[in-house]
Amino acid sequence: MTRPPDGPSPLLDMRDIQKRFAGIPALVDASLCVRSGEVHALIGQNGAGKSTLIKVLTGYHRKDAGQVLFEGKPFEVHSPHHAQVNGISTIYQEINLVPLRSVTENICLGREKRHYGLLDWNAMHAEAEGLLSRFSIGIDVRRPLGELNTATQQMVAIARAIGFSARLVVMDEPTSSLDEREVGVLFSVIRQLKAEGISVIFVSHKLDELYEVCDQVTIMRDGRTVRSAAMEEIGKLELVAAMLGRDVAAVEGHATAFGERDRSGIGNVMFSARGLRAGQAVRDVSFDLRRGEIAGFAGLLGSGRTETARLVFGADRANAGEMTMEGAAYNPERPADAIVAGMGFCTEDRKSEGIVPEMTVAENLTLALLPKISRNGVLDEQRQREIVERFIRELGIKCSGPNQKVRELSGGNQQKVLLARWLAMNPKLLILDEPTRGIDVGAKGEIQRLIRGLADQGLGVLMISSELEEIIEGADRIFVLRDGISVTELEAEAANEEKVLTAMAHGTSASSEAAT
Amino acid sequence: MNRVRLVRIIGTYGVLIALAALVLFGFLRYDRFLSFYNVMTLLRYNSMFALVALGMCFVIMTGGIDLSVGSVAALGSVASALASPYGIVPGLAAGIGAGLVAGLINAILVTRANLMPFIATLATMQAASGSALLLAGNQTVSVSYESGFTAIGQGNLWTFPIPAAIAVVAYLLGSLVLNYTGTGRAVLAVGGGEDASRLMGLRTDRVKFLVYVASGGLAGLAGVILASQFGAGQPIEGVGWELFAIAAVVVGGTLLTGGSGSVVTTLAGVLLLGILFNVLNFENGMGWISLSAYWQSVIRGLFLLVVVLLQARLTQRRLGAL
Repeated sequence: MTRPPDGPSPLLDMRDIQKRFAGIPALVDASLCVRSGEVHALIGQNGAGKSTLIKVLTGYHRKDAGQVLFEGKPFEVHSPHHAQVNGISTIYQEINLVPLRSVTENICLGREKRHYGLLDWNAMHAEAEGLLSRFSIGIDVRRPLGELNTATQQMVAIARAIGFSARLVVMDEPTSSLDEREVGVLFSVIRQLKAEGISVIFVSHKLDELYEVCDQVTIMRDGRTVRSAAMEEIGKLELVAAMLGRDVAAVEGHATAFGERDRSGIGNVMFSARGLRAGQAVRDVSFDLRRGEIAGFAGLLGSGRTETARLVFGADRANAGEMTMEGAAYNPERPADAIVAGMGFCTEDRKSEGIVPEMTVAENLTLALLPKISRNGVLDEQRQREIVERFIRELGIKCSGPNQKVRELSGGNQQKVLLARWLAMNPKLLILDEPTRGIDVGAKGEIQRLIRGLADQGLGVLMISSELEEIIEGADRIFVLRDGISVTELEAEAANEEKVLTAMAHGTSASSEAAT
Repeated sequence: MNRVRLVRIIGTYGVLIALAALVLFGFLRYDRFLSFYNVMTLLRYNSMFALVALGMCFVIMTGGIDLSVGSVAALGSVASALASPYGIVPGLAAGIGAGLVAGLINAILVTRANLMPFIATLATMQAASGSALLLAGNQTVSVSYESGFTAIGQGNLWTFPIPAAIAVVAYLLGSLVLNYTGTGRAVLAVGGGEDASRLMGLRTDRVKFLVYVASGGLAGLAGVILASQFGAGQPIEGVGWELFAIAAVVVGGTLLTGGSGSVVTTLAGVLLLGILFNVLNFENGMGWISLSAYWQSVIRGLFLLVVVLLQARLTQRRLGAL
């Protein structure tokens, strides 16, 4: 076990933590040591035990064994409330606030200000405004939280944490729903916390972010802490290697998931859109997609990428613009029309729009296919099994069998089930919205290779991603959207981070005039 | 922004507008609609429903439901009738006490046994109904007219009906708790996101526990008023009260899924439904048409539907405008 070097005594010292769920070990030997005013990265693949360790720290789960020292004293936490009053606040991955209630209530719930025993709304509004103004956020604190955008909601969550005079703020994948500019704002807030002597535990899948903002890193694998080091002492490759439990050489082969691609198989234009417009979100979007090509949509959050995809798929209707599919005019009124035309759409939000967690792999996989594999309304189980087994094999879905519940699979494997569902329909064009969000590094590379393999077989792929790297390395052609307008089209060879970023930020690039 | 705010106000207070319109209609159409006697009788009678709806409102705001309120009120009426010879206080204590016990059972089933509120309170509904019949020996139980117990339901405070005064005080307290105490805010937070509230450090079980106990207690109090007003504990009364209460809460703009609601508009919902009943009676009294009880039911149902649809539309537009 790696212990930190000598220095001031740590703020938090968790040692040899063990935790089992129904007999299955989630934490075997986990340790975490955080000093005052330190930003501490906690990383590991899905299932490594990061979330469990954090939930033990914040009192959501009880540990089975081990010791926790907080501010030098043994600390037995028994509820999230108890952790909070003792200075440990947590911001969860899916923002855990109450969208129907006002910003003020979300910040002040649990430590309301009182005046003669009754709530003092003026003082609470003032407090909420004061906390938010520390991060230069001026919003109407009386508005329901749900009306604000994701990034602002996150800032409200942080303001709430700090309002509890937190000594330690735990952020569980805070950046997964933020765009790059918002991530910048979050980082400046984190630096401010650090300057005030508040420690931060930062859980993230995005390695670049760790180097930008963290001082120290703890790596977990299979419920154990495998390494703890200062950020500058450990290279990216070493980090990934430790997470995956492989040696560096093996990871070097792994890291370039997309690699170079032979683009000779790309055919003629299959789908094209001209001047699409719908409400405020999509104002003027034009693009072409060729057979066997991966087209990437780049853009900030709110640039209209998902909204455009929904128009193409018929989930929303366009006010203006023209679309053609395989040379014929294409004007879908509902997703069923798009499916008939040979399209598939893997949505961004796996949990609420994609998988049915309580159903089995086989059921999820064949959900859209049921009419095709039924005869007179009776399911042909033989065909179902053949199809399911084929896709489990071809996509490498890791499950105990077709009858395992999807809920029990990892994020990466859930995504594969979703992909398989559409692939089983034999589509010509597949829309993938954030195909690797929330998926660990290993599974991510696998999904990316899978997408490439599908394109090689002639499938047209429209891929939306907020990760620049994924777009630049993965797409054959990149369309940059900005404020609902397709501002730039870049060929893969000509694309680099600077060009894409410039287009996202300013909407100008040498080759952009034609598109607007 | 101003338009948004205006639409929001209409969405929240739609029930008040509907109420005002109905009152105006009644005033213009029927001579004695706003007569002192009619208004006071209306308030006296509907005070029981108002109390039940108040408890229901808090339960629904946490995202739960309490189906047992009707039979708990019946149980409360029997218990208070049996205790009525000993005076007002024992009568009140017996009725409210019976309600609190039923509420406590609901609370334990929901928060400790983790049963769905629908199932837990359905079981309590059956059990309370059976207990009321057992306790009453399968018949109505006359109250004592000597102990002063009947004043609770039939008496006046100056000229204002005592049961209506009780309801007004309960609603004032309810509004105060909801808007100006941490517990009240926690009720809405739990309904708006139970897991989130728990992670925020709120004691969600405690909040849910309290609302079911309160709902039981209020139903018991409604039972006391029932017994006192009609001179008898009535083990088979209360059928359908839970649906009346749910309807009043929903018409009052409280979200059935929890997280958003108001005490004041719930009272408006109760009055709206009560006055609608009253208006239909007046209509029959005019002699033009004669609406049977069945037709009245159909009309009330349609009216409810219109109000709820209207509110859904307004709420949608409100969200759309943002």
